[in-house]
Amino acid sequence: MMARKLPATDVVIVGLGWTGSIMAHELTGAGLNVVAIERGPWRDTATDFPTTYAPDELRYRIRHDLFLRPEQLTMTFRNNANQTALPIRSWGSFMPPNGVGGGGVHWNAETWRFLPSDFELRTHLVQRYGEKFLPEDMTIQDWGITYDDLEPHYDKFEYLCGTSGKAGNIKGRIQAGGNPFEGARSREYPTPPQKQPYGPTLFAQAAQEMGYKPFPQPSGNLSQAYTNPLGVTLGPCTYCGFCEWFGCGNYSKASPQTTILPALIRRPNFEARTQCEVLKINLDKSGKRATGVTYVDTSGNEWEQPADLVLLCAFQLFNVHLLLLSGIGKPYDPRAGDGVIGRNYSYQVTSSVDAFFDDKIFNPFIASGSIGMCIDEFNGDNFDHGPLGFVGGGYMGAVQTNGRPIQTARTPKATPRWGAEWKKAVAKSYLSSYEAVTHGGCNSYRDAYFDLDPTYTDRLGRKLMRVTFDFHENELKMSTYLTDRLAEVVQKMGPRQLEKHPRSGHYDVTVYQTTHTCGGAIMGVEPRTSALNRYLQSWDVANLFVMGATAFPQNPGYNPTDTVGALAYWAADAIVNHYLKSPGPLVQI
Amino acid sequence: MRMRNLMTLALAACAIGLAAARAAEDNQAFEKIERGRYLAVLGDCVGCHTAPGGKPFAGGAALETPFGALVGPNITPDVATGIGAWSESDLWRAMHEGIARTGARLYPAMPYPAYTKVTREDVSAIWAYLRTLEPVHNEVQPNQLTFPFNVRRPATSTWDLINFKPGVFQSDPAKSDVWNRGAYLVEGLGHCGTCHTPKNITGGDRGGEALQGALLQDWYAPDLTADPRMGIGSWSTEDIVRYLKTGANSFDIASGPMAEAVENSTSHMTDADLLAIATYLKDGAPRSANTAIALAHDDTRMVAGKAIYEDRCAACHISSGAGVPTLFPRLAQAPLVQSTDPTSLIRVVLIGSRAAATSAAPTAPAMPSFGWTLSDTEIADVLTYVRNTWGNAASAVQSTDVTTLRGRVSR
Repeated sequence: MMARKLPATDVVIVGLGWTGSIMAHELTGAGLNVVAIERGPWRDTATDFPTTYAPDELRYRIRHDLFLRPEQLTMTFRNNANQTALPIRSWGSFMPPNGVGGGGVHWNAETWRFLPSDFELRTHLVQRYGEKFLPEDMTIQDWGITYDDLEPHYDKFEYLCGTSGKAGNIKGRIQAGGNPFEGARSREYPTPPQKQPYGPTLFAQAAQEMGYKPFPQPSGNLSQAYTNPLGVTLGPCTYCGFCEWFGCGNYSKASPQTTILPALIRRPNFEARTQCEVLKINLDKSGKRATGVTYVDTSGNEWEQPADLVLLCAFQLFNVHLLLLSGIGKPYDPRAGDGVIGRNYSYQVTSSVDAFFDDKIFNPFIASGSIGMCIDEFNGDNFDHGPLGFVGGGYMGAVQTNGRPIQTARTPKATPRWGAEWKKAVAKSYLSSYEAVTHGGCNSYRDAYFDLDPTYTDRLGRKLMRVTFDFHENELKMSTYLTDRLAEVVQKMGPRQLEKHPRSGHYDVTVYQTTHTCGGAIMGVEPRTSALNRYLQSWDVANLFVMGATAFPQNPGYNPTDTVGALAYWAADAIVNHYLKSPGPLVQI
Repeated sequence: MRMRNLMTLALAACAIGLAAARAAEDNQAFEKIERGRYLAVLGDCVGCHTAPGGKPFAGGAALETPFGALVGPNITPDVATGIGAWSESDLWRAMHEGIARTGARLYPAMPYPAYTKVTREDVSAIWAYLRTLEPVHNEVQPNQLTFPFNVRRPATSTWDLINFKPGVFQSDPAKSDVWNRGAYLVEGLGHCGTCHTPKNITGGDRGGEALQGALLQDWYAPDLTADPRMGIGSWSTEDIVRYLKTGANSFDIASGPMAEAVENSTSHMTDADLLAIATYLKDGAPRSANTAIALAHDDTRMVAGKAIYEDRCAACHISSGAGVPTLFPRLAQAPLVQSTDPTSLIRVVLIGSRAAATSAAPTAPAMPSFGWTLSDTEIADVLTYVRNTWGNAASAVQSTDVTTLRGRVSR
């Protein structure tokens, strides 16, 4: 069917989540006409996740109400190239978002900056440990930008969100009570840290006694009301513990809905088309210039939206998929080790320690997606890896995200899996047990990548994207080491019984871990090893920019959203102040 | 062919006629047109004369009255369906006397009892502005009243004899210029009393009760007098200005019809005019005999209401009733909460409501509907609690009132 051609616009944005909203706001602010095309529905706090029914674990957590339906679009998965990939028919390990607000609707709002050394990872590690220290198939690389480049943009995103936290380093001065390992901030967080429940408080005491420097986790669930520079007001978090998987009905969690959209939708040069799925980015005959996008509405009508500038702002997985389907950039070939689209897929390596107490009541239902006390001694390269035989790390801590009724059923080992004894153990453990976590990074490897599946297609006949991924020895070693260190702190909290759950074995795509899928069209210093330049501009198509964790060359030991937001502001700044004055490649090679 | 020539001739004649009628007009009188535009904002003409999503001033917004619906006519210069055939004197007569070009009496949904106070000079500027609008062909049936109210009103009407006193605003030399400007705006173009002044059985203003609060379209327009409990006595001049400018202040957030008034009109007013309005309102005499005693905290309705409040309301409005400024309205010592008439309270609990959005305060937070999850008795109890705690005092809400309103607003 021929797509019907619409009047041209200055900018077309694919996906109206965090990065789409930020780009739309910045570029409409620069006077451009912006059309955002969103696959899912419009979403509004009071209409779509009101307090009267938003805290519904069955509907949202178990039945995945907010997420993309795999029937509409999914991907195939395999652990390695010797296997045949099969379609994911029910989400497990990660949760692809859908609808206006994207992942910003359902995140836990943990708002971390990456370490300065994370951005120059290969250079840093080779300098400190030598080239031979890194596994031969590890394809980590530098980002092409520095922490200092990004700092003003981190600051802008955090002040948009109203992030609650305690700075550990302001302009090079270490601040008591904050994370002493973080890069220098230009100023304090916009709002003070959230209140800490009993578990994190105990954890912090134990960590302090062991000589660590615990600090409150930076949170996008706000400790107090906050009005951001756009004039949009957020309310204080009520610690209800329905954050990740849920929309916040209290206007307390930073999301496009609670920070940008109310200001954006007032602008006459902004338009959003929801329930419209972009099928591909169109190129001119030279293949060097995007002419717009083609999308399909719910009636099956295809539309062509011409635009001077195309911004790919969908979720990480779908950005890569659209690049592959559109024939932009050279697809990655793991055998030859060349090509860039699909290269360097990375994930997150999490683990936990369960502790069972006799004399303590933790009230896990007093929760927020990002309260908790953490330590950062074992993140990135904050510790000497020389004797350890691996690189990378993660933050760890007591993070009290929820005590929801269906899934909070922690029992000690050797408890029967059902029956009266199980019920007794659940009842006993609900209040008196505690789970502490590590949040480890994941390096990139030659054999972890995306390509188009040779067999499976979606309802429109488009090839599904194939995910090939497994954990590597380096990450499993790291997870064991981090989990051991965490267990030492938890042991000091005085449990009756303690159980360590380091990440082990093969990656399991059916078990939830995090939604921090990264890479596939990474940023870098040269087109041979990256899809995007340091401004997130396609090396191949200069009027195409690709936002999100798609650009991460590898994934550090933190949650990605703060960096995703900062990179969007960084790219918007480059577009407004450089690209628009002289449209073309912003980096010459 | 012959037919077409005749048509052309007729059209040409028509055009000459119009040109003659407009000969006296200076259609590039920028200052006058721009002043007229601002005056039309002050009068919120667009509010009644624009359909939701329709072209501005092309008519179509329905006003529900106890006598049936009245729809704002098309006031663009379209000859066939708008006021293209009117003269400036016709507009003056409509605004000042409430009489249409046809000679028929307008219905007072067109607030001529207030607009009569507008000066001739200002009406002339509004006219100059309206003439510059794009003529929009849009047929509107303004009179959708039920019998017998839909019978065209005679030029001399009993209603006007009782309720209408024509006359341009006369300033009070004993008061400041700012006060007088405020009075001119509130009583004239601003037509605040159209919603906020209690009405008699015929729908006219009740004498001596100006701005003391009134029920309209199942909303209670609150008391705007300086009454310290139910009025704006506790608001400073700056609080009033901020509310009208942004739709929110530390006490309250505009919702319902006032949200429209803020979005269309008050948020676009100059700071000087807002200050004038606030100055005048602050000087209004508080209503007399204003005493209410809070219900005992152990009253069964209060006990039940407190439990519901803590469970369903406190997350946003806070246990202390303090709310969150510009996001969740304050309930403690809030005038609207203690109004004699709880209709607005019942309504927002039943079906929810969205706050005004302005450039200065774009958040537009919304209260979700609780009508599907709370019974009539539960809604009555929680509102009774809210109206009688944290220093609040007001009559209990009856579950029968909730039942009645539920039937009306859930239609």
